[in-house]
Amino acid sequence: MADATVTHADHQVEESNWGGGSRPFKASYGKLMMWYFLLSDAFTFAGFLIAYGTLRVSMNTWPVPDHVFSTFPGGLHHKPLYFVTVMTFVLLFSSFTMVRAVQEGQRENKNGVVFWMLLTILGGLGFLGCQAWEWNTLIAKEHVSITKNPFSAHVQAGVYLEGDGHDIKEGDTFEAGEPYLIHKHDGEWHNLKYKLTEDGPQGKAGDVMEQQFGPKAFGALFFFITGFHGFHVLSGVVFLLIIMLNVATGLYVKRRNGYEMVEKIGLYWHFVDLVWVFVFLVFYLL
Amino acid sequence: MGHSYEDSKKLATKIITILAIITIAEVGLALLAKGYISESIHFPIAITGGIMIILSLIKAYLIVYEFMHMKYEVPGLVKSVLLPTLLLVWAVIAFFMEGDYWRNSRNYIKDKNESKVEMNDEVKQEGRLLEEKTYQSN
Repeated sequence: MADATVTHADHQVEESNWGGGSRPFKASYGKLMMWYFLLSDAFTFAGFLIAYGTLRVSMNTWPVPDHVFSTFPGGLHHKPLYFVTVMTFVLLFSSFTMVRAVQEGQRENKNGVVFWMLLTILGGLGFLGCQAWEWNTLIAKEHVSITKNPFSAHVQAGVYLEGDGHDIKEGDTFEAGEPYLIHKHDGEWHNLKYKLTEDGPQGKAGDVMEQQFGPKAFGALFFFITGFHGFHVLSGVVFLLIIMLNVATGLYVKRRNGYEMVEKIGLYWHFVDLVWVFVFLVFYLL
Repeated sequence: MGHSYEDSKKLATKIITILAIITIAEVGLALLAKGYISESIHFPIAITGGIMIILSLIKAYLIVYEFMHMKYEVPGLVKSVLLPTLLLVWAVIAFFMEGDYWRNSRNYIKDKNESKVEMNDEVKQEGRLLEEKTYQSN
Protein backbone atom coordinates (compact mmCIF):
# COMPACT_ATOMS: atom_id res chain seq x y z
CA MET A 1 0.00 0.00 0.00
CA ALA A 2 2.96 2.35 -0.55
CA ASP A 3 2.45 5.54 -2.49
CA ALA A 4 2.49 4.45 -6.13
CA THR A 5 2.23 7.95 -7.57
CA VAL A 6 5.93 8.74 -7.36
CA THR A 7 7.21 12.08 -8.57
CA HIS A 8 10.60 11.54 -10.14
CA ALA A 9 13.29 13.88 -8.89
CA ASP A 10 14.24 15.24 -12.33
CA HIS A 11 10.91 16.28 -13.82
CA GLN A 12 7.66 17.20 -12.22
CA VAL A 13 4.60 15.06 -12.77
CA GLU A 14 1.76 17.36 -13.62
CA GLU A 15 -0.92 17.15 -10.98
CA SER A 16 -4.31 16.71 -12.54
CA ASN A 17 -7.54 15.45 -11.04
CA TRP A 18 -7.87 12.41 -13.26
CA GLY A 19 -4.40 12.20 -14.75
CA GLY A 20 -2.60 11.07 -11.62
CA GLY A 21 0.03 12.78 -9.56
CA SER A 22 -2.43 14.25 -7.08
CA ARG A 23 -3.47 13.22 -3.57
CA PRO A 24 -7.15 13.95 -2.93
CA PHE A 25 -7.68 15.37 0.56
CA LYS A 26 -3.86 15.35 0.90
CA ALA A 27 -4.06 11.74 2.09
CA SER A 28 -2.39 8.71 0.61
CA TYR A 29 -4.52 6.18 -1.24
CA GLY A 30 -4.13 3.58 1.50
CA LYS A 31 -5.13 5.89 4.31
CA LEU A 32 -8.11 7.30 2.45
CA MET A 33 -9.35 3.83 1.58
CA MET A 34 -8.94 2.70 5.18
CA TRP A 35 -11.19 5.58 6.29
CA TYR A 36 -13.82 4.61 3.71
CA PHE A 37 -13.60 0.94 4.66
CA LEU A 38 -14.17 1.94 8.30
CA LEU A 39 -17.16 4.04 7.21
CA SER A 40 -18.67 1.01 5.45
CA ASP A 41 -18.01 -1.13 8.51
CA ALA A 42 -19.71 1.49 10.65
CA PHE A 43 -22.81 1.06 8.48
CA THR A 44 -22.71 -2.70 9.03
CA PHE A 45 -22.45 -2.38 12.80
CA ALA A 46 -25.09 0.34 12.82
CA GLY A 47 -27.41 -2.04 10.97
CA PHE A 48 -26.95 -4.68 13.67
CA LEU A 49 -27.37 -2.21 16.52
CA ILE A 50 -30.52 -0.88 14.85
CA ALA A 51 -31.88 -4.44 14.68
CA TYR A 52 -31.10 -4.92 18.37
CA GLY A 53 -32.49 -1.57 19.46
CA THR A 54 -35.69 -1.81 17.44
CA LEU A 55 -36.49 -5.34 18.63
CA ARG A 56 -35.66 -4.55 22.23
CA VAL A 57 -37.75 -1.38 22.33
CA SER A 58 -40.64 -3.19 20.64
CA MET A 59 -40.97 -5.68 23.53
CA ASN A 60 -42.64 -5.10 26.86
CA THR A 61 -39.93 -6.87 28.87
CA TRP A 62 -36.28 -7.48 28.18
CA PRO A 63 -33.53 -9.07 30.31
CA VAL A 64 -32.07 -6.48 32.67
CA PRO A 65 -28.38 -6.07 31.72
CA ASP A 66 -27.02 -5.50 35.21
CA HIS A 67 -28.70 -8.73 36.27
CA VAL A 68 -27.56 -10.79 33.27
CA PHE A 69 -23.97 -9.57 33.39
CA SER A 70 -23.16 -9.77 37.07
CA THR A 71 -20.65 -12.58 37.29
CA PHE A 72 -16.91 -12.13 37.73
CA PRO A 73 -14.09 -14.65 37.36
CA GLY A 74 -13.33 -16.44 40.59
CA GLY A 75 -16.89 -17.61 41.20
CA LEU A 76 -18.10 -14.15 42.17
CA HIS A 77 -21.75 -13.20 41.75
CA HIS A 78 -23.79 -10.05 42.17
CA LYS A 79 -21.07 -7.84 40.74
CA PRO A 80 -23.15 -6.02 38.12
CA LEU A 81 -21.21 -4.71 35.10
CA TYR A 82 -17.81 -5.14 36.87
CA PHE A 83 -16.37 -7.57 34.35
CA VAL A 84 -17.54 -5.74 31.24
CA THR A 85 -16.03 -2.52 32.65
CA VAL A 86 -12.71 -4.32 32.97
CA MET A 87 -13.06 -5.39 29.30
CA THR A 88 -13.74 -1.81 28.27
CA PHE A 89 -10.63 -0.60 30.08
CA VAL A 90 -8.49 -3.28 28.46
CA LEU A 91 -9.58 -2.23 24.98
CA LEU A 92 -9.34 1.48 25.80
CA PHE A 93 -5.80 1.04 27.08
CA SER A 94 -4.84 -0.92 23.98
CA SER A 95 -5.99 2.11 21.95
CA PHE A 96 -3.59 4.24 23.96
CA THR A 97 -0.69 1.87 23.33
CA MET A 98 -1.57 1.98 19.61
CA VAL A 99 -1.34 5.79 19.64
CA ARG A 100 2.09 5.48 21.25
CA ALA A 101 3.18 3.00 18.58
CA VAL A 102 2.18 5.45 15.82
CA GLN A 103 4.04 8.26 17.62
CA GLU A 104 7.20 6.14 17.83
CA GLY A 105 6.80 5.37 14.12
CA GLN A 106 6.73 9.08 13.35
CA ARG A 107 10.13 9.52 14.95
CA GLU A 108 11.29 6.33 13.21
CA ASN A 109 12.03 4.51 16.46
CA LYS A 110 11.74 0.92 15.22
CA ASN A 111 12.10 -0.72 18.64
CA GLY A 112 9.60 1.66 20.19
CA VAL A 113 7.03 0.76 17.53
CA VAL A 114 7.52 -2.97 18.17
CA PHE A 115 7.21 -2.49 21.94
CA TRP A 116 3.99 -0.50 21.84
CA MET A 117 2.44 -2.69 19.13
CA LEU A 118 3.19 -5.75 21.26
CA LEU A 119 1.31 -4.19 24.18
CA THR A 120 -1.60 -3.43 21.84
CA ILE A 121 -1.70 -7.07 20.70
CA LEU A 122 -1.66 -8.27 24.31
CA GLY A 123 -4.55 -5.91 25.06
CA GLY A 124 -6.50 -7.32 22.12
CA LEU A 125 -5.84 -10.90 23.19
CA GLY A 126 -6.82 -10.04 26.75
CA PHE A 127 -10.11 -8.60 25.52
CA LEU A 128 -10.79 -11.74 23.48
CA GLY A 129 -10.05 -13.92 26.49
CA CYS A 130 -12.49 -11.92 28.57
CA GLN A 131 -15.18 -12.16 25.89
CA ALA A 132 -14.63 -15.94 25.70
CA TRP A 133 -15.10 -16.19 29.48
CA GLU A 134 -18.30 -14.14 29.24
CA TRP A 135 -19.68 -16.38 26.47
CA ASN A 136 -18.78 -19.51 28.39
CA THR A 137 -20.62 -18.28 31.48
CA LEU A 138 -23.71 -17.44 29.45
CA ILE A 139 -23.73 -20.62 27.34
CA ALA A 140 -22.42 -23.36 29.64
CA LYS A 141 -23.47 -22.07 33.06
CA GLU A 142 -26.61 -20.05 32.42
CA HIS A 143 -27.76 -21.94 29.31
CA VAL A 144 -28.54 -18.98 27.08
CA SER A 145 -28.85 -20.14 23.49
CA ILE A 146 -30.22 -18.72 20.27
CA THR A 147 -33.46 -20.65 20.81
CA LYS A 148 -33.95 -20.24 24.56
CA ASN A 149 -33.42 -17.29 26.84
CA PRO A 150 -33.77 -18.07 30.56
CA PHE A 151 -33.31 -14.42 31.57
CA SER A 152 -36.52 -12.50 31.99
CA ALA A 153 -38.32 -10.09 34.30
CA HIS A 154 -41.56 -10.19 36.23
CA VAL A 155 -44.49 -8.18 34.94
CA GLN A 156 -46.48 -8.19 38.19
CA ALA A 157 -45.74 -8.52 41.87
CA GLY A 158 -46.01 -11.94 43.47
CA VAL A 159 -44.57 -14.49 45.89
CA TYR A 160 -42.57 -17.61 45.09
CA LEU A 161 -44.12 -20.99 45.95
CA GLU A 162 -40.81 -22.84 45.68
CA GLY A 163 -37.10 -22.12 45.88
CA ASP A 164 -34.41 -22.76 43.28
CA GLY A 165 -31.52 -23.67 45.58
CA HIS A 166 -29.66 -20.52 44.57
CA ASP A 167 -30.92 -17.04 45.48
CA ILE A 168 -34.65 -17.67 45.66
CA LYS A 169 -36.37 -19.30 48.62
CA GLU A 170 -39.97 -20.32 49.01
CA GLY A 171 -41.94 -17.34 50.26
CA ASP A 172 -39.65 -14.70 48.71
CA THR A 173 -41.65 -11.81 47.31
CA PHE A 174 -40.88 -9.82 44.18
CA GLU A 175 -42.09 -6.66 42.49
CA ALA A 176 -42.96 -5.84 38.89
CA GLY A 177 -39.83 -5.41 36.81
CA GLU A 178 -37.66 -7.65 38.98
CA PRO A 179 -35.36 -9.81 36.85
CA TYR A 180 -34.94 -13.57 37.23
CA LEU A 181 -32.94 -16.42 35.76
CA ILE A 182 -34.49 -19.84 35.15
CA HIS A 183 -32.02 -22.51 36.26
CA LYS A 184 -31.31 -25.79 34.55
CA HIS A 185 -30.19 -28.91 36.42
CA ASP A 186 -29.38 -32.30 34.90
CA GLY A 187 -30.82 -31.24 31.57
CA GLU A 188 -34.12 -30.15 33.13
CA TRP A 189 -35.40 -26.59 33.25
CA HIS A 190 -36.78 -25.52 36.64
CA ASN A 191 -39.41 -22.89 35.96
CA LEU A 192 -40.38 -21.84 39.47
CA LYS A 193 -44.03 -21.53 40.38
CA TYR A 194 -45.28 -18.36 42.00
CA LYS A 195 -48.53 -16.78 43.08
CA LEU A 196 -49.64 -13.29 42.04
CA THR A 197 -50.32 -10.93 44.93
CA GLU A 198 -52.30 -8.33 43.01
CA ASP A 199 -54.42 -7.93 39.88
CA GLY A 200 -52.72 -6.96 36.67
CA PRO A 201 -52.17 -7.71 32.97
CA GLN A 202 -51.02 -11.29 33.69
CA GLY A 203 -53.85 -12.30 35.98
CA LYS A 204 -55.67 -11.78 39.26
CA ALA A 205 -54.31 -11.97 42.81
CA GLY A 206 -53.97 -15.57 43.88
CA ASP A 207 -53.37 -16.93 40.36
CA VAL A 208 -50.58 -19.51 40.25
CA MET A 209 -48.11 -19.01 37.40
CA GLU A 210 -44.79 -20.37 36.24
CA GLN A 211 -41.63 -18.46 35.36
CA GLN A 212 -41.66 -17.82 31.63
CA PHE A 213 -38.63 -17.72 29.35
CA GLY A 214 -37.50 -14.31 28.17
CA PRO A 215 -37.54 -12.94 24.61
CA LYS A 216 -35.93 -15.47 22.29
CA ALA A 217 -34.17 -12.77 20.27
CA PHE A 218 -31.85 -11.88 23.16
CA GLY A 219 -29.40 -14.74 22.66
CA ALA A 220 -29.16 -14.43 18.90
CA LEU A 221 -28.68 -10.66 19.02
CA PHE A 222 -26.14 -10.75 21.86
CA PHE A 223 -23.98 -13.54 20.47
CA PHE A 224 -24.13 -12.31 16.89
CA ILE A 225 -23.24 -8.69 17.63
CA THR A 226 -20.55 -9.35 20.25
CA GLY A 227 -19.30 -12.19 18.05
CA PHE A 228 -19.06 -9.93 15.02
CA HIS A 229 -17.18 -7.37 17.10
CA GLY A 230 -14.95 -10.08 18.55
CA PHE A 231 -14.21 -11.23 15.01
CA HIS A 232 -13.04 -7.71 14.22
CA VAL A 233 -10.82 -7.73 17.32
CA LEU A 234 -9.36 -11.07 16.26
CA SER A 235 -8.63 -9.98 12.69
CA GLY A 236 -7.18 -6.76 14.10
CA VAL A 237 -4.83 -8.75 16.32
CA VAL A 238 -3.75 -10.86 13.33
CA PHE A 239 -3.00 -7.78 11.22
CA LEU A 240 -1.22 -6.09 14.13
CA LEU A 241 0.96 -9.16 14.51
CA ILE A 242 1.86 -9.25 10.81
CA ILE A 243 2.67 -5.55 10.68
CA MET A 244 4.62 -5.70 13.95
CA LEU A 245 6.77 -8.46 12.49
CA ASN A 246 7.24 -6.37 9.35
CA VAL A 247 8.38 -3.46 11.50
CA ALA A 248 10.80 -5.71 13.38
CA THR A 249 12.43 -6.88 10.13
CA GLY A 250 12.99 -3.23 9.14
CA LEU A 251 10.62 -3.36 6.15
CA TYR A 252 9.34 0.17 6.71
CA VAL A 253 12.69 1.85 7.34
CA LYS A 254 13.39 2.63 3.69
CA ARG A 255 9.79 3.30 2.62
CA ARG A 256 8.91 6.70 1.21
CA ASN A 257 5.83 6.83 3.46
CA GLY A 258 7.74 5.54 6.47
CA TYR A 259 5.62 3.87 9.11
CA GLU A 260 2.31 4.84 7.51
CA MET A 261 1.28 1.17 7.59
CA VAL A 262 1.30 1.37 11.39
CA GLU A 263 -0.96 4.42 11.19
CA LYS A 264 -3.41 2.59 8.93
CA ILE A 265 -3.75 -0.45 11.17
CA GLY A 266 -3.97 2.03 14.05
CA LEU A 267 -7.07 3.54 12.42
CA TYR A 268 -8.63 0.06 12.21
CA TRP A 269 -7.81 -0.65 15.86
CA HIS A 270 -9.32 2.62 17.07
CA PHE A 271 -12.44 1.85 15.05
CA VAL A 272 -12.74 -1.52 16.82
CA ASP A 273 -12.48 0.31 20.15
CA LEU A 274 -15.06 2.85 19.00
CA VAL A 275 -17.56 0.14 18.05
CA TRP A 276 -17.06 -1.41 21.50
CA VAL A 277 -17.91 1.96 23.12
CA PHE A 278 -21.31 1.79 21.44
CA VAL A 279 -21.89 -1.97 21.90
CA PHE A 280 -21.03 -1.47 25.59
CA LEU A 281 -23.45 1.44 25.81
CA VAL A 282 -26.34 -0.26 24.05
CA PHE A 283 -26.07 -3.76 25.53
CA TYR A 284 -24.83 -3.15 29.04
CA LEU A 285 -25.59 0.38 30.15
CA LEU A 286 -28.97 1.20 28.67
CA MET B 1 0.90 18.10 12.74
CA GLY B 2 2.93 20.68 14.64
CA HIS B 3 3.27 18.72 17.90
CA SER B 4 6.64 17.83 19.30
CA TYR B 5 7.21 14.26 20.47
CA GLU B 6 6.97 15.21 24.14
CA ASP B 7 3.80 17.23 23.57
CA SER B 8 2.27 14.35 21.62
CA LYS B 9 2.98 11.91 24.45
CA LYS B 10 1.46 14.28 26.99
CA LEU B 11 -1.63 14.80 24.86
CA ALA B 12 -2.17 11.06 24.40
CA THR B 13 -1.86 10.49 28.15
CA LYS B 14 -4.29 13.32 28.82
CA ILE B 15 -6.87 11.94 26.39
CA ILE B 16 -6.71 8.40 27.73
CA THR B 17 -7.15 9.71 31.29
CA ILE B 18 -10.25 11.64 30.23
CA LEU B 19 -11.62 8.55 28.45
CA ALA B 20 -11.03 6.43 31.56
CA ILE B 21 -12.80 8.96 33.79
CA ILE B 22 -15.77 9.19 31.43
CA THR B 23 -16.04 5.38 31.37
CA ILE B 24 -16.05 5.19 35.17
CA ALA B 25 -18.67 7.96 35.23
CA GLU B 26 -20.88 6.04 32.78
CA VAL B 27 -20.72 2.80 34.76
CA GLY B 28 -21.13 4.65 38.05
CA LEU B 29 -24.20 6.44 36.72
CA ALA B 30 -25.67 3.15 35.44
CA LEU B 31 -25.24 1.47 38.83
CA LEU B 32 -26.42 4.53 40.78
CA ALA B 33 -29.50 5.01 38.65
CA LYS B 34 -30.58 1.38 39.06
CA GLY B 35 -30.21 1.42 42.83
CA TYR B 36 -27.06 -0.65 43.29
CA ILE B 37 -25.14 1.98 45.22
CA SER B 38 -27.99 3.09 47.41
CA GLU B 39 -31.28 1.18 47.39
CA SER B 40 -33.35 4.34 47.63
CA ILE B 41 -32.01 6.04 44.51
CA HIS B 42 -33.73 5.43 41.18
CA PHE B 43 -33.38 7.75 38.19
CA PRO B 44 -35.81 7.64 35.29
CA ILE B 45 -34.38 5.78 32.32
CA ALA B 46 -34.82 8.78 30.02
CA ILE B 47 -32.38 10.89 32.05
CA THR B 48 -29.72 8.24 32.63
CA GLY B 49 -30.06 7.12 29.00
CA GLY B 50 -29.67 10.66 27.75
CA ILE B 51 -26.59 11.37 29.88
CA MET B 52 -24.94 8.07 28.93
CA ILE B 53 -25.51 8.69 25.23
CA ILE B 54 -23.93 12.13 25.55
CA LEU B 55 -20.94 10.70 27.46
CA SER B 56 -20.47 8.03 24.79
CA LEU B 57 -20.59 10.67 22.06
CA ILE B 58 -17.85 12.59 23.87
CA LYS B 59 -15.76 9.40 23.99
CA ALA B 60 -16.41 8.89 20.28
CA TYR B 61 -15.32 12.45 19.54
CA LEU B 62 -12.07 12.02 21.50
CA ILE B 63 -11.26 8.70 19.85
CA VAL B 64 -12.01 9.87 16.30
CA TYR B 65 -10.61 13.38 16.49
CA GLU B 66 -7.50 12.78 18.59
CA PHE B 67 -6.56 9.08 18.50
CA MET B 68 -7.50 8.70 14.83
CA HIS B 69 -6.15 12.19 14.04
CA MET B 70 -9.31 13.39 12.33
CA LYS B 71 -8.67 16.82 13.86
CA TYR B 72 -5.59 17.23 11.69
CA GLU B 73 -7.07 16.03 8.42
CA VAL B 74 -8.24 18.14 5.48
CA PRO B 75 -11.87 19.37 5.97
CA GLY B 76 -12.99 17.53 2.83
CA LEU B 77 -11.89 14.18 4.23
CA VAL B 78 -13.50 14.95 7.57
CA LYS B 79 -16.86 15.76 5.99
CA SER B 80 -16.81 12.82 3.60
CA VAL B 81 -16.55 10.47 6.58
CA LEU B 82 -18.58 12.26 9.23
CA LEU B 83 -21.64 13.39 7.26
CA PRO B 84 -22.70 9.83 6.32
CA THR B 85 -22.13 8.84 9.94
CA LEU B 86 -24.51 11.57 11.08
CA LEU B 87 -27.11 10.19 8.68
CA LEU B 88 -26.56 6.82 10.37
CA VAL B 89 -27.36 8.41 13.73
CA TRP B 90 -30.61 9.68 12.24
CA ALA B 91 -31.38 6.15 11.03
CA VAL B 92 -30.77 4.73 14.52
CA ILE B 93 -33.09 7.28 16.14
CA ALA B 94 -35.76 6.67 13.50
CA PHE B 95 -35.71 2.92 14.10
CA PHE B 96 -35.90 3.25 17.87
CA MET B 97 -39.03 5.32 17.37
CA GLU B 98 -40.29 2.63 15.01
CA GLY B 99 -39.74 -0.05 17.65
CA ASP B 100 -41.67 2.05 20.13
CA TYR B 101 -44.55 2.29 17.65
CA TRP B 102 -44.53 -1.51 17.21
CA ARG B 103 -44.80 -2.02 20.96
CA ASN B 104 -47.66 0.42 21.30
CA SER B 105 -49.50 -1.14 18.36
CA ARG B 106 -49.07 -4.64 19.75
CA ASN B 107 -50.31 -3.61 23.20
CA TYR B 108 -53.28 -1.79 21.66
CA ILE B 109 -54.30 -4.85 19.67
CA LYS B 110 -53.84 -7.10 22.71
CA ASP B 111 -56.03 -4.83 24.83
CA LYS B 112 -58.70 -4.66 22.16
CA ASN B 113 -58.68 -8.43 21.74
CA GLU B 114 -59.11 -9.00 25.44
CA SER B 115 -61.67 -6.31 26.08
CA LYS B 116 -65.33 -7.24 26.14
CA VAL B 117 -67.67 -5.31 23.88
CA GLU B 118 -71.43 -5.41 24.40
CA MET B 119 -73.05 -6.41 21.09
CA ASN B 120 -75.69 -3.69 20.94
CA ASP B 121 -77.33 -2.07 17.89
CA GLU B 122 -74.83 0.79 17.79
CA VAL B 123 -71.84 -1.54 17.53
CA LYS B 124 -73.58 -3.67 14.89
CA GLN B 125 -74.41 -0.58 12.80
CA GLU B 126 -70.77 0.57 13.07
CA GLY B 127 -69.65 -2.81 11.80
CA ARG B 128 -72.08 -2.68 8.86
CA LEU B 129 -70.92 0.82 7.89
CA LEU B 130 -67.27 -0.25 8.01
CA GLU B 131 -68.03 -3.24 5.81
CA GLU B 132 -69.83 -1.05 3.24
CA LYS B 133 -66.92 1.38 3.17
CA THR B 134 -64.46 -1.46 2.62
CA TYR B 135 -66.43 -2.88 -0.34
CA GLN B 136 -66.88 0.58 -1.88
CA SER B 137 -63.21 1.39 -1.87
CA ASN B 138 -62.28 -1.91 -3.61
